[in-house]
Amino acid sequence: MTRMDFEVVVLAGGASSNLSPLVSQELPKALLPVANRPVLSYVLELLEGSNLKDLIVVVEGEDAAQLVGGWISGAYADRLHVEVAAVPEGVGTAGALRSISSYLTANDVLIVSGDLVTDVPPGAIAATHRRHGAVVTTLLCSSPVSGPSDSGTSGGKEKAKKPVRHNIIGLDPTRQYLLHMATGAEVEKDIRLQKRILQAVGQMEIRADLMDAHLYAFKRTVLQDILDQKDKFQSIRQDILPYLIRTQLSSEVSRNGLVSSESGSNKSAVQDDLRWLSQHREIAPSTFQDSQPLSLKSQRDDQRSHKCCVYIANESKYCARLNSIQAFSDINRDVIGEASHLSGYSFSAQNNIIHPSAELGSKTTVGPQCMLAEGSKLGDKCSVKRSVIGRHCRIGSNVKIVNSVVMNHVTIDDGCSIQGSVICSNVQLQERVVLKDCQVGAGYIVTSGSEHKSESLARK
Amino acid sequence: MDPRRPNRTVSDPKVRQVGFVTPAATTPPPRSVSDALVSSSSAAAASSPPTGTSLSPVMIPPPRHGASDGLPARGTVPLAVPNSGSLLRRDNLQILVGAHDHNETEVVLGTPPMTSPSSRIHDGVSEFSDNASMSPWYGRSDPDKLASSLAGRNSELMMSKSVGAGGGSGGGHTPKSPLTTASVVKTLPGISGTSIFILNNLHLSEKQGGALGIQNDLAEAPMPLKEKTTKAERRALQEAQRAAKAAAKEAGEALIHFLEFYRGGVPANTQQAKSVKPSQKKDAPQVTAPSVSSEKKIVDRPIEKDRKKDVPPPRMQFDDKHKVEKVKRRAMVNQFEAKNRVELFRHLPQYIHGTQLPDLEAKFFQLDAVHPSVYKVGLHYLSGKISGGNARCIAMLLAFKEAINDYSTPPEKAFGRDLTTKISSYISFLIECRPLSISMGNAIKFLKHRIAKLPLAMSESDAKLSLQSDIDRFINEKIEIADKVIVRHAVAKIRDGDVLLTYGLSSVVEMILVYAHELGKDFRVVIVDSRPKLEGQVLLRRLIAKGLNCTYTHINAISYIMHEAKRVFLGAASVLSNGTVYSRVGTACVAMVAKAFNVPVLVCCEAYKFHERVQLDSICFNELGDPDVILKVPGHVASNYLEGCVDNDNLQLLNLNYDATPSDYVSMIITDYGMVSCTLMLFYGYVFPYC
Repeated sequence: MTRMDFEVVVLAGGASSNLSPLVSQELPKALLPVANRPVLSYVLELLEGSNLKDLIVVVEGEDAAQLVGGWISGAYADRLHVEVAAVPEGVGTAGALRSISSYLTANDVLIVSGDLVTDVPPGAIAATHRRHGAVVTTLLCSSPVSGPSDSGTSGGKEKAKKPVRHNIIGLDPTRQYLLHMATGAEVEKDIRLQKRILQAVGQMEIRADLMDAHLYAFKRTVLQDILDQKDKFQSIRQDILPYLIRTQLSSEVSRNGLVSSESGSNKSAVQDDLRWLSQHREIAPSTFQDSQPLSLKSQRDDQRSHKCCVYIANESKYCARLNSIQAFSDINRDVIGEASHLSGYSFSAQNNIIHPSAELGSKTTVGPQCMLAEGSKLGDKCSVKRSVIGRHCRIGSNVKIVNSVVMNHVTIDDGCSIQGSVICSNVQLQERVVLKDCQVGAGYIVTSGSEHKSESLARK
Repeated sequence: MDPRRPNRTVSDPKVRQVGFVTPAATTPPPRSVSDALVSSSSAAAASSPPTGTSLSPVMIPPPRHGASDGLPARGTVPLAVPNSGSLLRRDNLQILVGAHDHNETEVVLGTPPMTSPSSRIHDGVSEFSDNASMSPWYGRSDPDKLASSLAGRNSELMMSKSVGAGGGSGGGHTPKSPLTTASVVKTLPGISGTSIFILNNLHLSEKQGGALGIQNDLAEAPMPLKEKTTKAERRALQEAQRAAKAAAKEAGEALIHFLEFYRGGVPANTQQAKSVKPSQKKDAPQVTAPSVSSEKKIVDRPIEKDRKKDVPPPRMQFDDKHKVEKVKRRAMVNQFEAKNRVELFRHLPQYIHGTQLPDLEAKFFQLDAVHPSVYKVGLHYLSGKISGGNARCIAMLLAFKEAINDYSTPPEKAFGRDLTTKISSYISFLIECRPLSISMGNAIKFLKHRIAKLPLAMSESDAKLSLQSDIDRFINEKIEIADKVIVRHAVAKIRDGDVLLTYGLSSVVEMILVYAHELGKDFRVVIVDSRPKLEGQVLLRRLIAKGLNCTYTHINAISYIMHEAKRVFLGAASVLSNGTVYSRVGTACVAMVAKAFNVPVLVCCEAYKFHERVQLDSICFNELGDPDVILKVPGHVASNYLEGCVDNDNLQLLNLNYDATPSDYVSMIITDYGMVSCTLMLFYGYVFPYC
């Protein structure tokens, strides 16, 4: 039997367009290094820490799947039992689920996005899900403050450039039920709320400071039904979740779920739940506490309603998704900095990590919250602050690296200055290059003396 | 009632326990009622003749037939002679003891840890002792068969009674009694029930020798006496015991036969005898904790050690630091220290749910041992989503049923044993979520008993199926049908024009009211409610929806609203063997006010919730709720005066969940076996069949 009757699906994605210069054919999103570890490893280790060792990892694209699969089998050979499934590119999260949904058997499914970096225990979401007998439970966390808060070099401008996108999330007063959800893009003009839901709850709390962390617990039967019936659904967040929220009170889902479960497997969650419910009703009508506002106000709809619940992560927990370049540098910084317990490394007294095999020239300083991986060489009089430097990088003299991520095998010549940038593997920066808020794609060569600001440089 | 009231009002726990003896001090109730229970229970059905269709639970005690028939009458007659010979001598001794009686009784009463369990045990044993010794009644109840054999036995037993009356003379009735044996027997009906019980059984226990495992405890029961008695008294007592023992050796054979036969005939009782022990042990340290000095604990200890082998561990005392530490280390759910604990209630598990829930949730996947459905139930207990004795019991049983369904015996293990340990681990998990209710405890006993009784040869799948059907049967018979029967009984008590008062939210009471309404009875309901749970509102909402005429008020208005009430219907979490009704906090208050206004109080309680424990106050066993909820007044921001005071060391918040209603406030208990006066509960406890 699966653990606690939960199955875990990790949606590791493919080549994401948001992260265009960073990800490539050779480097799918799941393997993007965060503090020199693929981002997927954070999810896998989180799950492993929760004793969830049988996982299904879904990757978009055959090549990416092979890369991810190869990495997992190398890194987690005897620790996890992972099945990597490849799905065609561009099917979306719902499509990816659809292609594997027939393999799911447990009562509930935990769906985790592979780009999640968090220390919220997944058990908490699962338990909340179970406790409420919900159809879907989603993890909400406070939205990250984008941009480096104190360095001030890039954050302000970046923010000014992009319109601030808020997720609008409606909760009931007890903050247990999800009543409304709209992503920033949809909320340009008005929010449309459903009158019925509002009536049922009486009061709705609208929050804009929460972010959907893409960690969901679904009831399997319901999920499979939706996937079967709604062919057009592409994405969990944009299609399935809003659909479930919308139909909370006029649920066809739970009824369908019931029908299918009755005809199919004899022991399904929906059925159990109803049995429970009816048992309590029948035997001890009053003992079945109507603590849920939804059913309290609209009891006749009770049978036809399902619950969408939320688990709001504690403020003290770290929770971020690597879904943009900004997020990438933020997460890198946080994992080395404030959320250092996630990185799994032990920090030195100077609050940084310098691999013993790394070589530093004279008068070179590596500040706190930095990471220097194995085999990297720094010349004289360099200065590294709040940055991550990958393996086997060769860095000349008089180089300044601030707030940046330098991946593996990067060559940086003398006199370069790098601020708030991401430099991918095998990049060569020639002498006196000045980069500010740039992304340099893999294998790119920046010619000497050039200055770039807020640019994305990649091989054509 | 009156003798107990003053005692109870005193706040010193030591004094309060004086009340212990009195609940039993009511006139000895007819045995027959308790037998009704036995007979209607499936366990005893075989040994008892069916009593026809009448609803009345009053019947002739059937098991006695078998029991007394099994007793070889011939044996007793000659045996009686030497006893009566020693009688004289003993009488003297007894008078001696009796002279000091007043001191002793005080000691006895003042040290409930020893007396209470022992006396209860005796009661448990008295199943047969009453029977044997109170032959006058007995003979009355079925005169023809037994008269002759009992005549012989009587003399011996009368003697034993006199020994008892002299030796312990608990109730302070003794000054008169120990004069002659004959007179004791004659005054029997006048003597309070307790004193007889205690004494008889003291004596009896010795006679039984090895027949009962309890013997040890019983023999040691008078130990606390020693502390204050003089040497002479001790010797007197000892000698009395020795003489009794000698008598027992002779008479014992027959009695053992008798006993064994009896126990064989009514299997429920054997279990009773066992189950009395743990609770006895439970109660003993509990009561001692607040008041009793350390010397007495030393006295306790050797006894405890003796028992340890065959007795489950006592209930956790949460003021015992070492034990708490130990449990913490084992606990699946993190236990947190609650601050500002109320001194008197330190021994109870402190409310920690607020901090426990997130912790438990976070560990969802780490808990290997717990079946998902059990886990879910635990979460529901913890979050308060499932509450109420019946609902919790049903939820637990259904979860166990599912767990049994998914269970498969690991290799090289026996099905029954491994399943029992599994279930035990589930139970300990559930206890960590919320202390067990008595209903759940009984259901667990039932289930474990069933598992133990499974034939070894049975295949695993068959065993699983039979267990599942057992669980279904339990839910169906003991809860669903029981409720229906109670409703039928109770509806008879509702007349047109009645004003019925109820307190809080009881599922059975709700069903009664709804059913009476459906029958077309014209009555009004007064719902009395109390903070912080305001469960009455749920009831109110449902009743109004059904079209009942309701009045809603809070408990502070009880003395006003009681004028209107014709009857009070109350639910109960449990009915204890001394007739105490253990229920949602506030029930006692309602019952007391009703008593003062001469309004009959009817308590509705399924028989599976009965428990053989004796409890006199709400302190030694209770459950603490979330102390913060009594601070918060929902919807009244302005009235949260205590905001910010929570961290003050001088503030201790107490939110009790249950209270104990003494039996004299209760006019009648409506169970699925019929309606009984509360005093009869004294006997119900012992015959209550678990299975």
